[in-house]
Amino acid sequence: MMAGAIEASDGGKAERFKALALPHLDDAYTLARYLTRNASDADDAVQECYLRAFRHFDTFRGGPIKPWLFAILRNVCHAARAGRVRLVFTGDSNEPPAPPLWREPADTPEQGVSRRQDADIMRRLIGELPDEFREVVVLREINDLSYRDIATVIETPIGTVMSRLARARGLLREAWIAAEGGGMA
Amino acid sequence: MNCDDAGVLLHALIDGELDAGHARELEAHIAACTGCAARLREFQDLRAAMKPATLRYAAPADLRAGIEGKLPAPRPAAVSRRAVLGGFAAGAGATALAASGLLLMVMRADDQKRILGEVVSAHLRSLQAKHLIDVESTDQHTVKPWFNGRLDVAPPVADLTAQGFTLVGGRLDTLDAKPVAVIVYRRRVHVINLFCAPAPGSAHRAAVMESLHGFNVRRWSENGLNLWAVSDLNAEELSEFGEKFQAALRQ
Repeated sequence: MMAGAIEASDGGKAERFKALALPHLDDAYTLARYLTRNASDADDAVQECYLRAFRHFDTFRGGPIKPWLFAILRNVCHAARAGRVRLVFTGDSNEPPAPPLWREPADTPEQGVSRRQDADIMRRLIGELPDEFREVVVLREINDLSYRDIATVIETPIGTVMSRLARARGLLREAWIAAEGGGMA
Repeated sequence: MNCDDAGVLLHALIDGELDAGHARELEAHIAACTGCAARLREFQDLRAAMKPATLRYAAPADLRAGIEGKLPAPRPAAVSRRAVLGGFAAGAGATALAASGLLLMVMRADDQKRILGEVVSAHLRSLQAKHLIDVESTDQHTVKPWFNGRLDVAPPVADLTAQGFTLVGGRLDTLDAKPVAVIVYRRRVHVINLFCAPAPGSAHRAAVMESLHGFNVRRWSENGLNLWAVSDLNAEELSEFGEKFQAALRQ
């Protein structure tokens, strides 16, 4: 077990790590859900990411922890996908939807249904983007990272972040229009 | 500027990432180019349709518990066990431990009194100096990210509009000579300042109600944060605020 390698004497370090990293757990889980496209793989990836981040906490140089943590998470997700072909075949469709993080102001039942459907469609469309475009959209729009932080996470220059984001939004917009059109027909 | 450049830069404009010089150039181009103006509108529409709140996932409770369980916890029991294993040194060790524990408690009580004073002073200052908020928004997804890069931890921001507490915004303040996040709410005409100070290693502590100079302060600790809600609101409603806030974060 990985846990066995962690010494009990690291208690103080662990508390510092927990205080910094655990508040971003929902954010990390969200990113992992979109990167792995699968709830149980997201679970494993986030757990592995936090344990790995803790083991390498000495290399964290301060500042916002999110880009550092997400760079680790992204590597874990990629490694998981590379190592497990079955991911290609497991979809999200049979899983119960995860509860949204925040409850929005109350809707009428009709509004509620339509908003949930809109959200489901948007989640699916983002999920269908190719890897390199999906990750920039999620990091920017959902995780709310700055271009600089995204560049840190995906290890590219900021210019690449900008061009990928432009391309990603173009693809997403086309898919969204197609989905809206299909829904009305 | 040509349309290809504009097609990339308009995203930076939407994201608030464009410097003033490029923003001026881009706006001049868009004013003259109907194609690019239409593209800008299209992507603004797409952005509006994305509503991050509905696209997020909440981490399952057992994932959180699993991670916390695998990270080492500070265990006072481990210290005393080591003291016992020390054999003849055990007695001396235990006495030293007890004495330092006492000292710690005394210091803590004094500290808390001083910090209570600081919290109330900061609350008063925020009302007088027209420095109540640095970021003005009723949207927790605007307020929360604003603290990114300004503080080491992301403070919790909950929307409590439905419970009768309006989110007004957030600001940076100092407490105990350290930067802290303040989330500002309002009930009727009463301002509630919620101070959030990172407290790595702090245990979960149940809420305590105090009052100083006619202000009520509800303090508690959870998730590695010390929190103080301070207001001229009566104690019952301030308690209610604290409970609603804590409940919202656990959802």
